[in-house]
Amino acid sequence: MAADPARIDEGAPAGGALRALSRFTWRRPRLKTLGQVSAPVAAFVFVYVAALAALLIQGFWTTDSFTGKVIHSWNLDNFRTIADAPYPTIILRTVGMATAVTLTCMLLAFPYAYFLVRVAGPRLRVILLVATVLPLWVSYLVRVYSWRLILNPDGALNWALDLVGLPDLNIAYTNWAMWVVFTYIWLPFMVLPVYAALERVPQSYLEASADLGAHGPTTLRRVIFPLAVPGLAAGSIFTFSLTLGDYIAPSLVGGPGSSLIGTVVFENLGLANNAPFAAAFATVPLAIMAVYLVIMKRLGAFESL
Amino acid sequence: MKRIRFVHVTFAALVAALAVPAAGVSKGSAVPSSVGKGEGKLTMVVWEGYAEKQWVAPFEKASGCKVSAKYAGSSNDMFNLMTSGGGGQYDVVSASGDASLRLIYAGAVAELNVNLIPAYKDFFKAFQSPLHNTVDGKHYGISIQFGPNVLMYNTKSFSKKPTSWSAIYSAANKGKITIPDNPIQIADAALYLSKTKPALGIKDPYELTKAQLAAVVTLLKAQRPLIKKYWGLASDQIDLFKNGGSTIGASWPYQVNTLAAAKVPVAALIPKEGATGWADSYMLSTKAQHPNCAYRWMQYITQPKPQAQQAIYFGETPVNKKACKVMDSLSKGSCAQYSANKPEAYYRSIKFWKTPVADCGNGQKNCMDLRAWTTAWTQVKG
Repeated sequence: MAADPARIDEGAPAGGALRALSRFTWRRPRLKTLGQVSAPVAAFVFVYVAALAALLIQGFWTTDSFTGKVIHSWNLDNFRTIADAPYPTIILRTVGMATAVTLTCMLLAFPYAYFLVRVAGPRLRVILLVATVLPLWVSYLVRVYSWRLILNPDGALNWALDLVGLPDLNIAYTNWAMWVVFTYIWLPFMVLPVYAALERVPQSYLEASADLGAHGPTTLRRVIFPLAVPGLAAGSIFTFSLTLGDYIAPSLVGGPGSSLIGTVVFENLGLANNAPFAAAFATVPLAIMAVYLVIMKRLGAFESL
Repeated sequence: MKRIRFVHVTFAALVAALAVPAAGVSKGSAVPSSVGKGEGKLTMVVWEGYAEKQWVAPFEKASGCKVSAKYAGSSNDMFNLMTSGGGGQYDVVSASGDASLRLIYAGAVAELNVNLIPAYKDFFKAFQSPLHNTVDGKHYGISIQFGPNVLMYNTKSFSKKPTSWSAIYSAANKGKITIPDNPIQIADAALYLSKTKPALGIKDPYELTKAQLAAVVTLLKAQRPLIKKYWGLASDQIDLFKNGGSTIGASWPYQVNTLAAAKVPVAALIPKEGATGWADSYMLSTKAQHPNCAYRWMQYITQPKPQAQQAIYFGETPVNKKACKVMDSLSKGSCAQYSANKPEAYYRSIKFWKTPVADCGNGQKNCMDLRAWTTAWTQVKG
């Protein structure tokens, strides 16, 4: 508001006016800050918050299912429907899947990131870091499709199992397949924050721990792991929220009984033209994430983002 | 200077807008009696594969109407494109039966004069006034192409040819069944129940009462543990039939032909209970900017040659019976392959997609609508 361009153009020559403005805001630092952040804040409010608000408001409306027109009568029907079968099952399945994927990513990412930081030499570290983010350069769809080829009955997985003499594994189009694919796809989002957290642990801490007589496992448990928790928490925000909203992997690698929250939102928006219910249902992951973020904040996740 | 120019442009545009109705097809609700000079442009919302160069280019050349086509991903996309922003952005749409009635009732498409479409009289009778594009004797769409939803099976796995849809509800085929992931699939199960459980009183698989829908959902829920995959993309099913993950399922002729071309031993049939199917119609927007070009397009695309070209390209059946000969001349045996030479009764046996609505057609409003179907489908899939 303070940086009103119209005022600058009028009156004194530009230099004088600008200097006056500069002097004016220098004396009022709050006004200056406000002027500087108002543009990005406005963009955030209009683009992001307004879109979310519009979504929420839609949830209170209904549609004429035949003409597809939204009827602007306020009611809570859509939110009540969420409690009806099969939606609670789908919500629980989604949260369960997101939790399983997050825990698996943690189990895989922690030793890997530790290896990168403490064991690998500088060159190997760069190679491995590039290899970690390399899949992100490839289209999401290509990565999911490639897993279909791997998990198919005559795919790479069973071929490899045959080679070592193990029985075939037919997990294509099941929730197990979804779990594997999600874990693979979101793993880089866990590795990077954990890597960043571990890298910040000074070597001297480990030496101090050894000097005080702690063995390797004790140091890991009482020094390194607590310092890595913010990284794990930050990574889990990514893996958890990304799984919560996905609908492509369930449709491509999931089977019967693999509907997630994203699937329901997509079907109501894309097939039934029932945008209000889709909007109401989309508030479910929003609420879950809000709770999740509060827990993560307690764990110090935002210090490592 | 700029301002003056803008005024000129506006004025010219106004004159043009006023002149267009006078030049031929009217933009109002009145049905035109003749087709005037083309407007030089035609905008369409179509399925991918419906506006291919091989038949669009000759049309553009002959009519002077430059075609710009927008591909829609789903029937719902089509519906939204034709109704959002007040319509008027697109002249015609290749609506399937699960969207056409919605478009008519939403007032998005105009009544057509079928007498202006010469090829209309060569259509199979079943496609001249089908229920999904004709309401109270008024035509709102011109049929173009259709296809049945068939029962496909692997001939190696089934020594005895399955003749009933019961095969996809049978525990004997557990873990080998694939069916489409689409709420309209409920109609397939309803059609099956209408024959096997007449006590339910299902007359039309798209007009189900609450109790009837519940019975269908029970059948489909019992089917779920037998399902390998609810396929969303045709390629899902093709992959599964190729690698043996599935040996039987509800399918489209497109998959059957693709698999046969890849030397996979498959066959398909319409089981004894009959089949559902899709049928597409070209419909004219009530606010079309280029109605004359739109009529010219409908006149053109219903002729035997473009009908045959599109049928072979997309793997569906033309509604113009004269297209059969052209199909065989383009690709030997394609007429029989796509069932373009069957007797009328065959086409009448297919229950074409239609939007489920509350109005049962018998004066009662107690039928389940598309929204209820979608919820039911979510329940079925779990």
